Amino acid sequence: MSSSNCKRRIVGAGAAFGALLVSMAAAADPRPWQLNLDKGVTPISQQIWNLHMAALWVCVALGILVFGAMFIAIFRFRRSKGAVAATWSHNTLLELGWTIVPVLILIGLAAPATILTREMYNATGSQMTVKVTGYQWLWRYDYVSYDGKPITKVPTIYSRLAWDSNAARQLDSGISPYSVVDKQTGFHDYLLDVTHPLVIPAGVKVRFLITADDVIHGWWVPDFAAKRDAIPGIMNDAWAKVDKPGIYRGQCYVLCGQDHSAMPIVVKVLPKDQFNAWLAEQENAATLDKAARTAQAAPQKPAPAKG
Amino acid sequence: MSSTAQAIHHEEHHQGFFERWFMSTNHKDIGTLYLSFSFLMLFVGGSFAMLIRGELFEPGLQLIQPYFFNELTAMHGLVMIFGVIMPSFVGLANWMIPMQIGAPDMALPRLNNLSFWILPFAFVLLLSTFFMPGGAPAAGWTMYPPLVLQGGDSFAFMIFAIHLMGISSILGSINIIATILNLRAPGLDLLKMPMFCWSWLITSFLVIAVMPVLAGAVTMMLFDRFFGTNFFNAAAGGDPVMYQHVFWFFGHPEVYIMILPAFGIISEIVPTFSRKPLFGYKAMVYAIACIAFLSFIVWSHHMFTVGLPLGAEVFFMFSTMLIAVPTGVKIFNWVTTMWRGSLSFEVPMLWAIAFIVLFSIGGFSGVMMALVPADFQYNQTYFIVAHFHYVLVGGALFAIIAGVYYWLPKWSGNMYSEFWAKLHFWSSAISVNVLFFPQHFLGLAGMPRRIPDYNVAFADWNMVSSIGGFWFGATQLIFVGVVIHCIYFSKQKAASRVWEHAYGLEWTLPSPAPHHSFTVPPVIDDTKLAHGDISH
Repeated sequence: MSSSNCKRRIVGAGAAFGALLVSMAAAADPRPWQLNLDKGVTPISQQIWNLHMAALWVCVALGILVFGAMFIAIFRFRRSKGAVAATWSHNTLLELGWTIVPVLILIGLAAPATILTREMYNATGSQMTVKVTGYQWLWRYDYVSYDGKPITKVPTIYSRLAWDSNAARQLDSGISPYSVVDKQTGFHDYLLDVTHPLVIPAGVKVRFLITADDVIHGWWVPDFAAKRDAIPGIMNDAWAKVDKPGIYRGQCYVLCGQDHSAMPIVVKVLPKDQFNAWLAEQENAATLDKAARTAQAAPQKPAPAKG
Repeated sequence: MSSTAQAIHHEEHHQGFFERWFMSTNHKDIGTLYLSFSFLMLFVGGSFAMLIRGELFEPGLQLIQPYFFNELTAMHGLVMIFGVIMPSFVGLANWMIPMQIGAPDMALPRLNNLSFWILPFAFVLLLSTFFMPGGAPAAGWTMYPPLVLQGGDSFAFMIFAIHLMGISSILGSINIIATILNLRAPGLDLLKMPMFCWSWLITSFLVIAVMPVLAGAVTMMLFDRFFGTNFFNAAAGGDPVMYQHVFWFFGHPEVYIMILPAFGIISEIVPTFSRKPLFGYKAMVYAIACIAFLSFIVWSHHMFTVGLPLGAEVFFMFSTMLIAVPTGVKIFNWVTTMWRGSLSFEVPMLWAIAFIVLFSIGGFSGVMMALVPADFQYNQTYFIVAHFHYVLVGGALFAIIAGVYYWLPKWSGNMYSEFWAKLHFWSSAISVNVLFFPQHFLGLAGMPRRIPDYNVAFADWNMVSSIGGFWFGATQLIFVGVVIHCIYFSKQKAASRVWEHAYGLEWTLPSPAPHHSFTVPPVIDDTKLAHGDISH
């Protein structure tokens, strides 16, 4: 790595950290030196974050207790300080205690986790259904229904790695991954940007039907905590209700071959009215496009063969 | 005793090199073969890890193509699991179990020879796939279909190699069970056995129970690929998820196969250097048995995101969390063994303490991942990579190294260099955390595992992790130096009781231990058991 590259990284990291402090509310793209899970933007992702933090603090407390006791033993009961070993080797009450207390702690964690799991599995009442299909190496999105009506005219979205990332990711491409930037937000979107994102409305419970057509993939947007394996022959479902419009990113998480690192997921969440306008536009364009194609195809048919 | 030992040593000098090392039926020689083999494999698997961390040093592809990267991650896992952790535990079992139970040798010496000599051939087959058309299988060590079926015909070689490894470990386990159940010295009841024997007795049953399951899973896949069956082919009505269920029904007990003998080793070392009997010996035995039983009913926690029904998610969450209880008992008992002891910090004790800390950290992240909703955010990210490297490197590997430093003077008759062994320890203990701790952060930030290239936001922690990786890898060269120096060049002779408070039958034999351990059954003195007298 050249030293200029290194400097750029340090400056970049500093700038990104500054930006992070300025706008904590920005859509949670991964950040340099990020330490913890993000809260995300759905009620489920926020509850998961709470559970994650609760489990983390329980572990930290137990760690302090166990390692603390061990380090006290290490410093107090040293032979070099003249410690004489005791001879006892069991204590039924103590042993019962540290069997029962962990059980209670675990129940304390498992109970809310069970309730939350039920909630995550409850996709009823969704107002929109999108079918997500994984391929080597792109995502295909088909709008199935919205507001109780089937969507038939909106064309399928093929969502593959953005071309600037694709050029930079080749072995010995000579293009620095740091040069791949989203021009609007300034986010370094190397390997996290696609040609055509999935577009969904804000404030609507969207159900994702997830499958694959070659090998197993995984569809995951961390900010939604919507995550399921995309498996050939199996239709999984996940759901998300995103209230905050924005761009949300994720990656395929199940090893799916050589370009596993190059099939990101980008979901653009639009305010409901903008989404409706976008949808109408897509439907119109599809109708016009179809008409144009039929018109174009018609006169070509009787064209005489060459020669 | 010593004159007998000398006579036996004299006798063994008549064996030629080939006869001694290739045709051996001696538990010590075969143990040495196992340990040497796994030592070699540690550097083979380690070199894959170095290439992986090299590619991940910074974003963008610099060194290798993504497909080769996938070959490396798959082979790194297979080599480290089947070539390093498992054979080194079998090597330790070979050396120590007859000496710890007062037996002359393993119960089935020829089987012992066979179970070792299958391994080198299995690994030659496995590693040769790198040079075949289409390269080595590149679908992770878990070999999930349909992806693994897309690779070249080298796939068949991998499956054959896995069958061989399975046969080898089953034969090894049969031998260990036969030895422990039949060759204990008179008066050495099961509940007087050292913890290391207990841990291996239970592990052996796990091996025999689950290795055939793995063999079944990969054979079904072999048939899918070459003989037109459709077990896992969704297009013909098969189910790719069924493979995952069968695989993890093997895979989860396998996890405990790789950690229970480590518990045994640590339970030997901690009391020795605390100069105090092991706390709660019986509870320790029951905890291991309990963990072994539970390991059969938790497998789907590897598959929380495959779309299991809600009831299954909740069941596997509960059963998984339950494992934390007996595991916690073990950790509390080790700490309590140290409490009010008279501690000294020789090299094996340092590794054992590091084991307790690092394994506990891996256990904590394990509890976090047992929670289904939280696991949805951790699943298949670097968080899980950090978790299982804490338990397998900080846990299993550290325990193996602790065991080697504990028993090496007994094996070789020489003391190793305390300075270099401590340097090895401190350098490993620091670098292993530099290597793996940042991977928790990467996973929580959303970096998936098994990717050769990543967004620039992940660059900094990856670079830290890679630096830790190179440091940890280089540190292991010190280990080679310490071991070679100890065996061939060390002038400092080891006493028969190498460590002041080391009890157990192995320490009643001279160092180096005679070729045949106990030709006459030793008399068991209940007050001189490794874990103390449990009769009162």
